[in-house]
Amino acid sequence: MSVLLEATGLAVEYHRRGGPTVRAVDGVDLRLNRGEILGLVGESGCGKSTLGRAVVGLLPAAAGEIRFAGHPVAPLGRRRRPRQLRGLQMVFQDPYASLNPRRRVGEQIADGYLLGGVARAETVRRTGELLERVGLAADAASRYPHEFSGGQRQRIAIARALATDPSCIIADEPISALDASAQASVANLLVALVRELDMGMVFISHDLSVVRQIADRTAVMYLGRVVEVGPTQQLWSAPAHPYTRALIAAVPRADGAGVLPVELPGDVPDPARPPTGCRFHPRCPLARPECVRHDPPLVALSGDRAAACVLQNAGEPARPLGELDPAASPAQK
Amino acid sequence: MGALLEVENLTVWLATRRGPQKAVDDVSFHVDAGEIFGLAGESGSGKTMTAMALLGLLPHAARTSGRAVFDGRDLLSMSAKQLRSVRGRHIAMVSQDPSTSLHPMLTVETQLTEHMRHHLGLGRSEARGRATELLATVRIPDPERALSAHPAQFSGGMRQRIAIAVALACQPRLLLADEPTTALDVTVQAGILRLLDRLRREQDLAVVVITHDLGVMSAVTDRICVMYGGRLAETGPRQDVLNQPRHPYTRGLLDALPHPEGGAAALRPVPGSPPPLGRVPEGCPFHPRCGFALPSCRTERPAPVLVGEAHTSACPPDPLGGAA
Repeated sequence: MSVLLEATGLAVEYHRRGGPTVRAVDGVDLRLNRGEILGLVGESGCGKSTLGRAVVGLLPAAAGEIRFAGHPVAPLGRRRRPRQLRGLQMVFQDPYASLNPRRRVGEQIADGYLLGGVARAETVRRTGELLERVGLAADAASRYPHEFSGGQRQRIAIARALATDPSCIIADEPISALDASAQASVANLLVALVRELDMGMVFISHDLSVVRQIADRTAVMYLGRVVEVGPTQQLWSAPAHPYTRALIAAVPRADGAGVLPVELPGDVPDPARPPTGCRFHPRCPLARPECVRHDPPLVALSGDRAAACVLQNAGEPARPLGELDPAASPAQK
Repeated sequence: MGALLEVENLTVWLATRRGPQKAVDDVSFHVDAGEIFGLAGESGSGKTMTAMALLGLLPHAARTSGRAVFDGRDLLSMSAKQLRSVRGRHIAMVSQDPSTSLHPMLTVETQLTEHMRHHLGLGRSEARGRATELLATVRIPDPERALSAHPAQFSGGMRQRIAIAVALACQPRLLLADEPTTALDVTVQAGILRLLDRLRREQDLAVVVITHDLGVMSAVTDRICVMYGGRLAETGPRQDVLNQPRHPYTRGLLDALPHPEGGAAALRPVPGSPPPLGRVPEGCPFHPRCGFALPSCRTERPAPVLVGEAHTSACPPDPLGGAA
């Protein structure tokens, strides 16, 4: 499998006037393979959107490096994007804000073709094809964004991203603003496109159950760090990091059983003043005395997994957390 | 024991440019004390308008018919003044976004004690004492200090806890919670759902939870009512509605959810989208999207029929009836 997008030691900082510098992303290593969907999950404020924006060059990196198909990704300035980075596109959360309300849908999609050097006459035909590909009628091109529902607008935003013939899409909460039935169909569309066009996709979402369904691998972020990454099914059935386990336990299931989800006490700490040692230790039910001082790095486990926790040993299979619990069952409170 | 809230044939017309349009159409349900009742549906299904009608908070020029009897009195025929003595006192509301439901410039103490002093006639120190207790009830750390803080000093989850504390200030008997956890992370959501469950057990509080999230429904409710196009599609005990749905719309919503076991199978969306206000089709409102629709569904307005114990479905063909 070839690596499509890779971040190494990536850090992104926000500077607030009169306030401390906030490291929203602090030393992240992440790779995306061609043809792969990588889910990126975590609570709000964990830095997942910042990471997404940094890897496409919308935010400058304070440290580290991003490479897309072998080329370094530099922050976008006012100039046009270098040709070799045009294959890296983004789909945003809010299709009401990401489309220009005063330009016809077709014109907005054609921008991508024109940049790629396609003749203007040719763009009309291709725009129509693209609209059909995302499940809309070709004549939608002559209409304005306000004539469409939220789900349809997100399809238009996806079509616009596809016009540059991308090999990698960063989708930041692409279905969160949509209605229940539109969520499933837009998620299906993204998955189908990634598979058909052999692209890579980073799917950023706070909705863990959708990520579980569509992502090949999942990365879990906490307070600016990736704390666990691995194949989605293994990560879900046997999480290696206590934070991953807490996130999964908090998802309510629509099974009619009436089981209350498990609460993870405490809030995400202020990223300007992260806790000492392991950043999760103040909320961790399995924290040990050394976790207050020791900041565990993300280490590779066997089976393409990695975790940043003292309970896991490099190169070994992930230890199941259940048997490490001090109390018998985590569900009892 | 009679129901705490009994809604009968509630209909709400909203004024639009094309004349009055039905946002809620002949809806009936009841809520018992200490019960968590769920109103489910997509946007535009009429679930929020149902709650607003109960509180007398509908937009101007909206009209209602039917009855909503709370504690022996019909909320829909009350004067504005009578409603003010009920709203915030006996019926309280928590909305989706705690950053807009709390006043940004007032301290937590002012917002918590205002209702108590107005409705209960408490003095300043008495109200302050009770406000501290309330913050402790909703598990705000260091309640004494939190009283003098402003909403912006808290995280989203903490703000929603404060909004719940404000709603509980006068010990209401019914809490209307409109998407109370939709804007929150799952970890924080879990805490709020546990809080609602504790309040109903400890204080006999009745809660109407309005949400499109069937996972949330499954976690906390006793009974669920699914709305579509302003009408009731299905009502019944939580286990029955979620495990053996009888209305094709409920089935479709459940099928659209990611599978609990994960796997590579594609999601199964309900085809089409819900009808906007004033464009609700004749006959069964769901028939254009329904895989089981018969010719009669286009013309005949379906009435809810009993399909199990306390379980009704507004789908007379009952195509899912044999599935159980």
